[in-house]
Amino acid sequence: MSHAGGIAAVVVVSILTLGIGIWGLRVSRTTSDFFVASRTVRPALNASAIGGEYLSAASFLGVAGLILTFGADMLWYPVGWTAGYLVLLVLVAAPLRRSGAYTLPDFAEARLGSRRVRALTSVLVVAIGWLYLIPQFQGAGFTLRLATGIDAPLGGLVVAVVVLASVLSGGMRSVTFVQAFQYWLKLTALLVPLIFLLWVWMGDGSPSPANPAFDVASQSGSWADPLSGHGTDSAGHPLYSTYSIIIATFLGTMGLPHVVVRFYTNPDGRAARRTTLVVLGLLGLFYVLPPVYGALGRIYAGDLIADGRSDAVVLELPSRMIGGTLGELLSALLIAGAFAAFLSTSSGLTVAVAGVVSQDIVERWLPGVAAFRLAAVVAVVFPYVLAVAAQDVGVATAVGLAFAVSASTFCPLLVLGIWWSRLTDAGAYAGLLVGGFLSGIAVVRTFFSDGGTSWFLTFLAQPAAWTVPLAFLTMIGVSLLTPQRRAPHVSTFMIRLHTPEGVPLHRG
Amino acid sequence: MTGTPEQPPPRVRVTAPRSDSRRRPQLLVQEIDEQTELGAVYVRSLLWAQLRLAVGILVAMGLMIGSLPLLFTVAPELLNRTVLGMPLTWGLLGFLVYPLLLLLGWVYVRRAERNERSFSDLVDR
Repeated sequence: MSHAGGIAAVVVVSILTLGIGIWGLRVSRTTSDFFVASRTVRPALNASAIGGEYLSAASFLGVAGLILTFGADMLWYPVGWTAGYLVLLVLVAAPLRRSGAYTLPDFAEARLGSRRVRALTSVLVVAIGWLYLIPQFQGAGFTLRLATGIDAPLGGLVVAVVVLASVLSGGMRSVTFVQAFQYWLKLTALLVPLIFLLWVWMGDGSPSPANPAFDVASQSGSWADPLSGHGTDSAGHPLYSTYSIIIATFLGTMGLPHVVVRFYTNPDGRAARRTTLVVLGLLGLFYVLPPVYGALGRIYAGDLIADGRSDAVVLELPSRMIGGTLGELLSALLIAGAFAAFLSTSSGLTVAVAGVVSQDIVERWLPGVAAFRLAAVVAVVFPYVLAVAAQDVGVATAVGLAFAVSASTFCPLLVLGIWWSRLTDAGAYAGLLVGGFLSGIAVVRTFFSDGGTSWFLTFLAQPAAWTVPLAFLTMIGVSLLTPQRRAPHVSTFMIRLHTPEGVPLHRG
Repeated sequence: MTGTPEQPPPRVRVTAPRSDSRRRPQLLVQEIDEQTELGAVYVRSLLWAQLRLAVGILVAMGLMIGSLPLLFTVAPELLNRTVLGMPLTWGLLGFLVYPLLLLLGWVYVRRAERNERSFSDLVDR
C-alpha cells in the first residue's frame, strides 16, 4: 500500500476538524459556551455529536479485530455498547439533566452535600478518562504507521496535537459541531467500502466465514458459535466472561466521563431523553457494520491473527480484496474514518477530564477559560506519555476495562443517587472505594500480564460481574447503617430530578 | 320530621363550588413546596410510576437479550439453525438486537412523557 492516500486522508480530516472548530469559535465566546455549549444544542445535532464522540477506535477498528480473532462471543461488545444507552435512557438521562450539575463530581456534591465524595469522584473521572485515552493514542499510533509510515509514538503525537488545537480553540460548542460531522464521516467511511467488499465476496461465490477451513491451526472451539471459547488456548469460562461483558457494557456506559458531560448540553430533561433515543438509532446503524468486516477478514485476512495485528483488519481488507486505485481510495476513506474516531473520542474525553481538573484544581489559581485550557493540556499530555510507555493490550480490551471500572463506581452512584433517597455520603464513599479498588486491581493485572484460564484469572480479566454487585451492596449497606448522614435537602433534590421543568415548583 | 308542612320547601339555588377547581392546583404546588404529607404522596407517585416503567423496560431487555447466552447453553441445537444464510446467533446479535433496543427506547420515551404529563395536569392545571 502506498502512503499517498493515507497521508491525504489524515491531512484532510485534520484540516476539516480544525476548520469546523475555528468556525465554531466564532459562536463560542463565554465560559458557558466552553463547558456546555450554553445548553442550547438541539436533539438531532446533539445526538450526532454524542454518536461521533462515543464511536471510538475500539468501535471502528477493535470490534472487527476481536470478532476476527475470537468469533461470535465478541458480538456482545457492540450490542452492550448500544444497550448501555438504553439503560442510561431509562435510569439516568432526564434526572441527570435536571440535576443541573455539569460533571459527575458536581452531581455527587449536589446530591450528597459532601466535599469528600466530590473529591473521590473527581479522581475516578480522571482515572477512567485516562484509561480510555491511552488506547486511543496507541491505536492512533498504529493506524498512522500503517497509513503513512511514520513512527507509532509520532502518530499518537499528531492526534494529541490536533485534539488539543481543536479543544483549546473552541471548547464544547465547537466540539459539538466537529463531532456531529465525525459521526457521519465514520458511518460513511465504514459503509461505502463495505458495499464494494461484499460485491467482491459475492463474486467469489459467497464463501461462508463459518467454514472451519479458515481456522488458524492453534485455535480451539468453533468460530461461528458463541460460548465455544474460540481463539483462546483452552475453553476457559465463556459463560461467565460473556455475562461479565454484558454487565460491564450495559451498566458502564452511563458513567463514562465524556458521555455524562454531553447531557448538560440539552435544554431540558425531555430533550435529554429524546436525544438519547436518537443516539440509540444512530449507534444501531453503525454497529451493524464492524462485525461484517470481522467476518470477511476471516476469509481474506486470517494471517493477521498470527501476526497479532487483528486490529488492522478493517484497514487491510480493501487492498487485499480489491487492490488498484479503487482499493487505495477505499483504504484512504477507512483511514479517514479511523482517524476521525481517534480525534472525536479523544476530544470528548479531553473536554470531560479538563472540565473536572479545571473546576476542582486549576481554578483556584486561574480564571475560567484559562484554567480550562491549562487543564486540557494536562488532560492530554499525561495519557499520551503513558500510551508511549505502556505495552499495547489491544484497543478493545483496554476500553472494556474502562467500562468495567465505570460500571463498578459511577453506575451505583448514579442509580442509587437518583432513585433511592436513603443514599448517604458515607455509603457512596464506601461503595466508590470498594468498586474502584477492586476493578482497579483487575486493570493493573491485565495491563501487566497475559491472560490465563483459571477461575481466578478469569475473574480478574472480566471483573464487572462481581465488582458491580459488591459496589452496590456496599453503598446500600453503609447507607442503611448511617441514616443520620442523609443530606437534609434530599427531598427537594428528588423533586428537582423527577418533576418536569414546566411545573412551577421550588427546586432548591 | 316535625309537623306536616303546608307549603313546599323554599327554593334553594344550587351551584357548583366555583372557586374550588381554581384554588386546588395552586394548593398542590404549595403542598409539594412545603413538603407536607400530601405533597410527598404526589411526588412519590410520580417517582414510583417512572421507576416501575424503567424496571419494566429493563426486565423486557433482560428477557429478550440478556437471556440469550443462557439459552444457547441449555439449547445448543439452536446454534445449528440458520436465518437468511446466517447462523441464528449472528442474525440475532449482529442485526436484530438493534431495532429491538430502539423499539424499547421509543416505548419508554412515550410512556415517561405521558407519566410526566399526567403529573403536570394534576398538580399545575
